[in-house]
Amino acid sequence: MNPVLDKHRVKTVVRPEMRFQEQVYLIEVWKGLLITSRHFFVNLWRHCMKALGQDAAAASVTTQYPEDPQVTAHRSRTRHRLLKREDGTPRCVACMLCETVCPAKCIYIKAEESPDVMIEKRAKTFKIDLGMCVFCGYCVEACPEDAIRMDTQYIQFPGSTRADLIWDMPELMGDRPKIPSLTPSKDPLSRP
Amino acid sequence: MSCCVTPPAWQGWLWSGALIFAAVNFGLGVAAFLSWVERKQSALLQDRIGANRAEIFGFRALGLFHIFSDAIKMLTKEDFAPPAGLRPWHSLAPIVSMGCAALCLAALPFGDSVEFLGRSWSLTPLPLEYGVVFVLALLSIGVHGVVMAGRSSGSNYGLLGGLRGAAQMISYEVAMLAILAAPLYIYGTLDLSEIARWQARTWHGIPMWGIFLQPLAFILFMTAGAAETKRAPFDLPEGEAEIVGYFVEYSGMKFGMFLTTDFIESIVLAGMATTLFLGGWHVPGLSALGLPSLVAALLGVGAFILKVMTVLWVLMQVRWTLPRFRFDQLLDLGWKNILPLALANLLVTVWAAALLS
Ligand code: SF4
Ligand code: SF4
Repeated sequence: MNPVLDKHRVKTVVRPEMRFQEQVYLIEVWKGLLITSRHFFVNLWRHCMKALGQDAAAASVTTQYPEDPQVTAHRSRTRHRLLKREDGTPRCVACMLCETVCPAKCIYIKAEESPDVMIEKRAKTFKIDLGMCVFCGYCVEACPEDAIRMDTQYIQFPGSTRADLIWDMPELMGDRPKIPSLTPSKDPLSRP
Repeated sequence: MSCCVTPPAWQGWLWSGALIFAAVNFGLGVAAFLSWVERKQSALLQDRIGANRAEIFGFRALGLFHIFSDAIKMLTKEDFAPPAGLRPWHSLAPIVSMGCAALCLAALPFGDSVEFLGRSWSLTPLPLEYGVVFVLALLSIGVHGVVMAGRSSGSNYGLLGGLRGAAQMISYEVAMLAILAAPLYIYGTLDLSEIARWQARTWHGIPMWGIFLQPLAFILFMTAGAAETKRAPFDLPEGEAEIVGYFVEYSGMKFGMFLTTDFIESIVLAGMATTLFLGGWHVPGLSALGLPSLVAALLGVGAFILKVMTVLWVLMQVRWTLPRFRFDQLLDLGWKNILPLALANLLVTVWAAALLS
């Protein structure tokens, strides 16, 4: 019998019968307590050793986030970046492909005519709402001009309002730092 | 009773009142401390760090300040009373719950009596001849707080939660009486300090603590006690995060009082376990040293508190080890397993005692 080809194979999951030892439960409780107590004392010992300045294995898997940097995978894609041509103008030709492909519908582009006839169109405004973005990277893949890319390891873009999470073109190009507003708006749900 | 108020009446009352005050405050302090213990212990055994962000002038003190921030949060939150609820009862319920639990603390024998100013002073705040009954009765009156909270919330979910709580607590109360009958038959007294004194006897050098005489009763007592005080794995009436319990319509400090009740009830349970099964304030071999009565009594108080803390640690450990029971499993466990076992234990005890005498 070929398990891959046999489509009608039914896998019956047999629940193991509980033995008497398990039905009594107290023995199982005891075993469980041994496990948790082992963790408790081992971790306590490690914490104490650390507190005394000794070398000890890590007692917890917690990342103390603001103090310790958050570790993200090398290949993780984070904040967007708009690229420029050699003469400093944005590469984007406002073809709207990224706006169309974006599953979160969080790219807002307004197009205008470009002074350069070879380029025809360019973006007048280009906004990405990072509050809605799902960081799928489709926009990067869709772009025919290699005008939009995503940075790695850049995960801190805090804001007090939802509007703070909307990045404008100069901010995306790195011409202007994104400065979040310091006071929360009266209506946190407001959008520009 | 030899231990009871030997000093003149008014001094005895004053002494007793001061001790009750001290005991209740001790309980409240330990309850607050337990909220920290609970966080840190669960964190340690789950390889986490636990709450450590509250700080005063840069000091974090291992997260101990979270106790204060919790209290401030509870006290400053809006005290919401459901419009459909029954106002006075809604406010009374947490007071009944917490008051009953806190009063139980007063009956615990914290230490042996001390010779002082030529008189003997009992270190039990309320030296009652029927202390066991007093504690059990107060714990049952605590059920009223639960039912009252559910009924006066004006919410069906709260009402159902209250009923579940009542069913659980009453079921386990029956079991609890059956369990305690066996050790009480051996001790032959209901006075908690007498019970503690009884266990100071030795048999071939081994102290005759309840846990050695009645190991089954001890395990059953801890189980039924955890169920009656609604501690995990029997915390179905509460299930803070997952199950809608009787205090669903409570907020602010009233909610906090229910939480504190829980911790105080654990302390009472631990104190009862210590008194009934772990020899109370008795430290094996301490009396042989011939220490002055005052020092010995103080050491005894320390031993009592240490034992209580150990039992509390075990309770927490169990809480964070076992998954929660289903409601039918819970009632099955109480009526079909613990109660028959307790009755069998009682039978065997009486039979053995008759054979031995
Ligand atoms: S990463 Fe995905 S969700 Fe975010 S802007 Fe690009 S296409 Fe839209
Ligand atoms: S796909 Fe590229 S070129 Fe087209 S609008 Fe988006 S960023 Fe601009």
